[in-house]
Amino acid sequence: MSENITSKSAIELNRSFTSGELTAEEITKAFLERATKLNKDLNAFISLCPELALQKAKLLDQRLARGDDPKNLGKLAGVPIGVKDLINMIGTETTAGSNILKGHKSVYNATIVNKVINAGAIPLGKLNLDEFAMGSSNETSAFGPCKNPWDLSRVPGGSSGGSSAAVSAELVPLAFGTDTGGSIRQPAAYCGITGMKPTYGKVSRYGIIAFASSLDQAGPMTKDVKDNALLLEVMSGYDAKDSTSINTPAENYLDYIKDNFEKTGSLKGLKIGISDDLSADNLDHEMRSALDNTIKTYLNLGAEIVKVKLPHIKASLACYYIIAPAEASSNLSRYDGVRFGHRAETKDLESLYKESRTQFGKEVQRRIMLGTYVLSSGYYDAYYKKAQEVRRLIFNDFSTAFKECDVILSLTTPSTAFKFGAKSDPLEMYLSDVLTVPVNLAGLPSMSLNGGYDKEGMPIGMQLVGKALGEKVLYNTAYALEQSLIKELKKPNLTSFA
Amino acid sequence: MLKSSLMTTQTKYQMVIGLEVHAQLKTETKLFCSCSTKFGAKPNQNTCPICMGYPGVLPVLNKKVVEFATKAGLALNCKIDPNCKFDRKQYFYPDLPKGYQISQFDKPICSNGKLKIFDKDIGIVRIHIEEDAGKLVHNSDNSADRLHGSDYSLVDLNRAGTPLIEIVSAPDIRSGEEAVAYVKELRKILMALDVCDGNMQEGSLRCDINISLNKAGEEYGTRAEIKNVNSFRSITRAIEYEFKRQSQLLDSGEKIVQETRLFEENSGKTFSMRSKEDSHDYRYFPEPDLVPLNIDLDFITKTKEELPELPSQKRLRYVAEFSISEEAATIISDDFALAALFEGTIILGADSVKVANWLTGSVSAYLNANETSINETKLTAENLNEMINLIQDGTISDNIAKTSIINTLLEKGGSTITIVEKEGLAQIADPAKIEAIITDIIKANPTQAEQFKQGNIKIKGFFVGQVMKITQGKAAPQLVNDCLDKLLS
Repeated sequence: MSENITSKSAIELNRSFTSGELTAEEITKAFLERATKLNKDLNAFISLCPELALQKAKLLDQRLARGDDPKNLGKLAGVPIGVKDLINMIGTETTAGSNILKGHKSVYNATIVNKVINAGAIPLGKLNLDEFAMGSSNETSAFGPCKNPWDLSRVPGGSSGGSSAAVSAELVPLAFGTDTGGSIRQPAAYCGITGMKPTYGKVSRYGIIAFASSLDQAGPMTKDVKDNALLLEVMSGYDAKDSTSINTPAENYLDYIKDNFEKTGSLKGLKIGISDDLSADNLDHEMRSALDNTIKTYLNLGAEIVKVKLPHIKASLACYYIIAPAEASSNLSRYDGVRFGHRAETKDLESLYKESRTQFGKEVQRRIMLGTYVLSSGYYDAYYKKAQEVRRLIFNDFSTAFKECDVILSLTTPSTAFKFGAKSDPLEMYLSDVLTVPVNLAGLPSMSLNGGYDKEGMPIGMQLVGKALGEKVLYNTAYALEQSLIKELKKPNLTSFA
Repeated sequence: MLKSSLMTTQTKYQMVIGLEVHAQLKTETKLFCSCSTKFGAKPNQNTCPICMGYPGVLPVLNKKVVEFATKAGLALNCKIDPNCKFDRKQYFYPDLPKGYQISQFDKPICSNGKLKIFDKDIGIVRIHIEEDAGKLVHNSDNSADRLHGSDYSLVDLNRAGTPLIEIVSAPDIRSGEEAVAYVKELRKILMALDVCDGNMQEGSLRCDINISLNKAGEEYGTRAEIKNVNSFRSITRAIEYEFKRQSQLLDSGEKIVQETRLFEENSGKTFSMRSKEDSHDYRYFPEPDLVPLNIDLDFITKTKEELPELPSQKRLRYVAEFSISEEAATIISDDFALAALFEGTIILGADSVKVANWLTGSVSAYLNANETSINETKLTAENLNEMINLIQDGTISDNIAKTSIINTLLEKGGSTITIVEKEGLAQIADPAKIEAIITDIIKANPTQAEQFKQGNIKIKGFFVGQVMKITQGKAAPQLVNDCLDKLLS
């Protein structure tokens, strides 16, 4: 019975609730029960907030029962949502996956939390992540790694690994992720779900613990494209509390899909760019053929495929690993043991700083040191300033390419989800983001959705990159692919451990 | 001994001084959040997640700060950079919640200005906007008022995030006198613009001094930076001390170390805080949470047109327009409230020189003695004008106004004529009355009357004094004079 509930999409759940078929309490209890049961093996949630969730659910049920117009209850009324544990939400601890913030209670709500709560969503708990979102495998979480529902010996990806695993295993229908260099798209690819990193500035960053301010962007992680479009519509929009937020009119992506692909069944007139520059060395045969199949599918749908050049993309990783650590080293200075989080018991100020900050894990310490180094006097010009110039060139590459096409298609990752411990060399780990990082540097919107499986049954992600503020075109393009593959799409088999 | 060595070195070395003045801007709310900037609140009362640097918060620029900084820049003849930006200055200290201060590094809002003192231009290199840090309160049983000697320290973040402008002068200052004059003039300007309250005791205006010594014609020497100089007297003392210290070192053939020194008010000495080698690497980089500013050029033009008259301009105008002395014009124009009262009283018809005399004489004396400002008193243009008119038409004497009226007007306000009637202070201007009084005095003092008649003119003062004593100062002075001459000759 409860699986009949948890297998529904967010849009279906909202319909079930507003039609009276299911109460919000029933929905919430079904997901809480499943999450509690499966989390023992998956470790997707760092914390659940059943009291908060049930309180919100009951309130919605009361409002519906007393005759409130279901439309006024919000577009996500009755739909549970998981919140990446980097996002502040009153009534929960916000740990950023770090020992240094263990036990830190949020004192305010992030703007995106307020937005979904106002739209009637029911927050279920806080999702696991790499410490301070620094990692591609969830292995850097201080709360132990989250596991991939498709194969528990494999990573769910990172940093939003808790979000992708929870959605994939249907512990929640919707989840927030954040993406600084691929942290939404890479785990979405590894877990076979849909993840969108919106245009930089589309979604408010207020209340989201910063990793690299000029690259961070929160976005929706969902089972399918339409749920994704709905959640982005709710969570995006101008916020006066975030000076980098863009002031553009709200868009209804579902209407756009309805008026386009759903109406015509074709992508005629759409130009899809592919580029040898946005590819990885020594690509596995299976990955290559999954991409080829996707290209064929798009050709069958009437789209035109054009080859584009992105000559500076090869410098992306180097550029990213200067800018992101530089900003991170600064953003993480506030975790000093003075006002909140872990404080070491010491006799003087200097050892208070030093000992409190050793609570950071190895990867976080590595990036703080890297960032501190590249901003040091005498090195700033050679590293940080140079990296900003390269960033500009990468942005220009995309601008030039988008004169010839509407979206760019590539694989999301060079391989499918790897085994725990497989990438002990940090550089090797960084390479798993080689296809996603350039998009963050350019600030463009980009999503990952499932485009097939390898011979071991692991999902393969397809990445679509759009023009700035071109989310609606991305959604229409992604929806067309999803509908073409719908018969082949699978869910992870959880009976082995459930 | 010390004095004589100072005398010789004074001729040997010249001092080169540059000042960094931090002025707190008079906005209602902080630079990047909506917390109050009010002084004197309970510790940590004026704080929020943003100014406490909680995880996930973001800064939003207070537009008023840009307006105030633009005003200050234009008044100091600076160029305004409409596309300036913010940077992060990074260091660890418990009063700095984020571990970095949001400031402006390579693109400050104002640059290339100047300020005139003693007919000499002092260059203004730059003015930039930045946020203030909080305050540490060190507690200790062994009474050492320093972080490392304390048993524990408390952090008060009320001041964290309040807006400051840092005004950096060129090394154009050559003496303590010039340094004080520069800061005084700067303070007057910021107060006239109404962008800073100028309260040095509360830390609204603070000063760091860069000072080096060299021999005339030689290159500038190595400088020391003196922090925490928070009054005009401290500026003078810190510079005097530093000049003495550096010249003694140079005399004995030693080198000056480039370092940051702390001025300690109790001893009047400066102490080394940290040398250049220990100085922070601030790792400045552009603040990614804020976008570069885009100040409207029309706004800059409009602000320039609407700048209020500055104290120096006012001073020149007062001399030219109201024919008052330069000294009086300086006293009045230095205090914009006093200046407003001055002009207000003249508009009502009072004679400008007389108004100036009152304001620079009895009124200033009262303000100084009571350590208050004109706005705190009850004196208005209306009652000052009335008092001056009553002197003019002979209703009261100048003397009575000085001794019995002006202080009442300052303390209680009200109308002079009411005071005069109530207290019976009207001038005795009836010659018959005065003559009768003088006749009585001559009778009672025949010896003195005889002396006067024999040509001892000095004795006249005795008689005037007697008349004033009997009339309680109300006798019209000229009339007393005339009557004495008549009756004693």
